[in-house]
Amino acid sequence: MFHRFANPARFSRIATRILPWSAAATIAMFIIGIYYALFASPADFQQGETVRIMYVHVPSAWISMACYTFIAVMSAIALIWKHPLADIAARSAAPLGVGFTLIVLITGSLWGKPTWGTWWVWDARLTSVLVLFFLYLGHIALTNAFDNPQRGARAAAVLALVGFVNIPIIKFSVDWWNTLHQPASVTRLDAPAIDPAILTPLLLMALAFTLYFFTMLLIRMRADLNGARARALRLSAAE
Amino acid sequence: MEVIIKYLDMGGHAAFVWPALGITALVVLVMTVTSLRSLRTSERALRAAEKQAPQRRARAQAPGTDA
Repeated sequence: MFHRFANPARFSRIATRILPWSAAATIAMFIIGIYYALFASPADFQQGETVRIMYVHVPSAWISMACYTFIAVMSAIALIWKHPLADIAARSAAPLGVGFTLIVLITGSLWGKPTWGTWWVWDARLTSVLVLFFLYLGHIALTNAFDNPQRGARAAAVLALVGFVNIPIIKFSVDWWNTLHQPASVTRLDAPAIDPAILTPLLLMALAFTLYFFTMLLIRMRADLNGARARALRLSAAE
Repeated sequence: MEVIIKYLDMGGHAAFVWPALGITALVVLVMTVTSLRSLRTSERALRAAEKQAPQRRARAQAPGTDA
């Protein structure tokens, strides 16, 4: 199954066919999600209107962790089976991870000030997300640090796998340590501890962000593949 | 009008809610523009390379040899 899509030329063809649909679905979901998040949902009884920050903060946080997990899985595939497409997937996802983690940190800070009374605390949740941000930056830096792109990819893949230990730390930090940050209210074993009026816009925005991530990933992977093919053509012309 | 002003005030938290949403929109916009720009640049580079080496094109495009 994976091998069918792991062929770069075939992947490029499939991505070209999927892109218009995923782009249209992303825009549609953002329109619906933003409508629910800004107009068709009530203020929280405790936090008031600041709850609307959650509709961008929480989906970004989910994507920032899912994106890192994706990079770690792709890195493992690249290291074990040496699939060129896995390296391309990992380095195409990293800048998106930077963007989403940046959104998490800034919106979290803007949410923390009116809710907790502080922009920032050095507690486990906030610090581990900051570490995630630097892991993404380190991944990008390592990818581009070598003249030989394959060496860069291998170094970045090792970093991604070592850094993966941070993902469960982020997820469970709110249970393991005392923190200002609230514990999980959606992704828990029993039913979500969150009212449907607020859960609906949250899930719609999460879907919109996921589609957006997928669309951007396809675009970036296609760009990377085009660049690789152009380099291969230039090399063969120079032979 | 009053309804709109009351809405924009966000229950007194306008200074936090709107910057949060604005920065999110900005970061999403930057990611979109940079991604699309890199796709366009790569397509231009690929066309230029194909023009330079038309006789080798078939070989370089064979599955699995192009990355």
